[in-house]
Amino acid sequence: MKNSAKKPVISERYVWELPVRFYHWINALCIVVLCVTGYLIGRPPAIQSASEASFSYWFGTVRFIHFIAAFVFFFNFVYRTYWGFVGNKYARWYNFIPYKKSQWKEILCVLKVDILQITNKRFSTVGHNNLAAFTYFLTFLAFAFQSLTGFGLYAAMSNSFFPQLFAWIIPILGGDFMARQIHHILMWFFILFAMVHVYLVFYHDYIERTGVTSSMIGGWKFVEDDKEDTK
Amino acid sequence: MSTKKPTIYEEVRAAGYSRRDFLKFCGTMAAMLGLEASGVAQVAKALETNSRIPVLWMHFQECTCCSESFIRSSHPIVADILLDKISLDYSETLMAAAGHQAEKSLRDTMEKYHGKYLMLVEGSIPTGNEGYCCIGGRSAESIAKEVAAGAKAIVAWGNCASAGCVQAADPNPTGAKPIHKVITGKPIINVQGCPPIAEVMAGVIVHLLTFDRIPQLDGLGRPKAFYSRRVHDTCYRRPNYDAGLFVQSFDDENARRGYCLYKMGCRGPNTYNSCGVIKWNNGVSFPIQSGHPCIGCSEANFWDNGPFYQHLQSFPGFGIEDTADKIGVGLGVVTGVGIAAHAISTNIRKHKQIVEGQEESNDENI
Repeated sequence: MKNSAKKPVISERYVWELPVRFYHWINALCIVVLCVTGYLIGRPPAIQSASEASFSYWFGTVRFIHFIAAFVFFFNFVYRTYWGFVGNKYARWYNFIPYKKSQWKEILCVLKVDILQITNKRFSTVGHNNLAAFTYFLTFLAFAFQSLTGFGLYAAMSNSFFPQLFAWIIPILGGDFMARQIHHILMWFFILFAMVHVYLVFYHDYIERTGVTSSMIGGWKFVEDDKEDTK
Repeated sequence: MSTKKPTIYEEVRAAGYSRRDFLKFCGTMAAMLGLEASGVAQVAKALETNSRIPVLWMHFQECTCCSESFIRSSHPIVADILLDKISLDYSETLMAAAGHQAEKSLRDTMEKYHGKYLMLVEGSIPTGNEGYCCIGGRSAESIAKEVAAGAKAIVAWGNCASAGCVQAADPNPTGAKPIHKVITGKPIINVQGCPPIAEVMAGVIVHLLTFDRIPQLDGLGRPKAFYSRRVHDTCYRRPNYDAGLFVQSFDDENARRGYCLYKMGCRGPNTYNSCGVIKWNNGVSFPIQSGHPCIGCSEANFWDNGPFYQHLQSFPGFGIEDTADKIGVGLGVVTGVGIAAHAISTNIRKHKQIVEGQEESNDENI
């Protein structure tokens, strides 16, 4: 890269399988819908209206959309968890939990190179880098807790068996109020995550030029062939 | 007391009620317990054949609003029979006996009906200091444990006994604890509310008399017959909620129209109680009907759950007005600024890398 004569050979690699891509975009759509409807439910706009309640049901509809999106979100998440055990090496569960020393080293490296920008080492990974993967692991925990509190609250409004599976979380938290409070605070985690996530994807594409943005659509990434493919 | 105790029905008749009144009471109670039509006969039969269960009504750290609520039960038989006779055993507020006599009456009942009496508890139990709520020279905790040891079942009246209520609110100076955190190994029914609705209290007692077993309870130990639905679900203002019509302030036009009080901090959506159905003071009204948001008095920690008139709780560690939303927006701005700073830094620090890439691309194009 120092000059054109030493240019590395760039090849393409299939990184994100179709189920992973589907998961990602369904998840993204669900989170957007859930955050928008959730915010509206938590803080409905002021409407001055002289009409009778029987003529309108918009708030009920917003809640209905929230509940439907929640079901899609949850089962999509369950599916992704399953894929973490059967998918390719970039999708497997062990990417997300830093249990090896080398993973922690890479986290430190990413922090230095990409976030704090102390050094200018050329650095990129084929799949998720370890810091990103660990952040996704934390979001998975947030997904799980958001599902627990959400369906726990929903259980009181439903007779079907599924939400009742989550009803146990309410007494642990001491009541609906606390569950609702946690559910609301976690919404902000999702919003902040989305901001940073989208920015960092653009950043990586800009600096590393591996086609990371489009890789979540087509599945292919550009990889320098001299790079040792450990991940 | 005589060797053969009169049945509840006999006591009712002796108090001057007709059989018709008695059956009306049975019908009311069966309906409130959510029993089917045949349940009326079951209630009547139970009250005709069973003698009243000996009851010890213990008062600890409380304000007596549970007792006040109970004696205002809509059906006079409740007060006359269930309560008048209860006072014969032990109830600090209502018994005639005092001092050593009262203590003797308590002791007699505990010995004579060991394992058979009901313990009704009003108030939380202080654990911070033996001196708090000291009755007859003994701490509330030791009295509670002694009485509970021989009780068939324990009914925790109100939020104090069920969850600690205001005494257990932060900073909880007396170390107040609800009864279920002090006593273990006994069935405990949490009859929540501050106070509970009189008919709910009567309903729980009648259930215990009729079926001789504790009613079905929810995850927080509350009888499902009365606490399975949120105030929100039975609220007559619910259609306004679904239509997105909310009161914005107490003096606005929407308040006059009787719109939903959700944005005024109504705890109805988080509170399980029968206020919307049974209502208060013989079914006259309930807070929301009177234009005030529910404060969630049948839920644990309702005093600590943020300002009553604010829909969201204040965020712990921040100012009283700071909700999660305000802090979330603040963090969003900080994140945005951080992103912008990072983007600028990237263009400076990684300038070489970016330029190299462009040059490579130019080389290829040549």
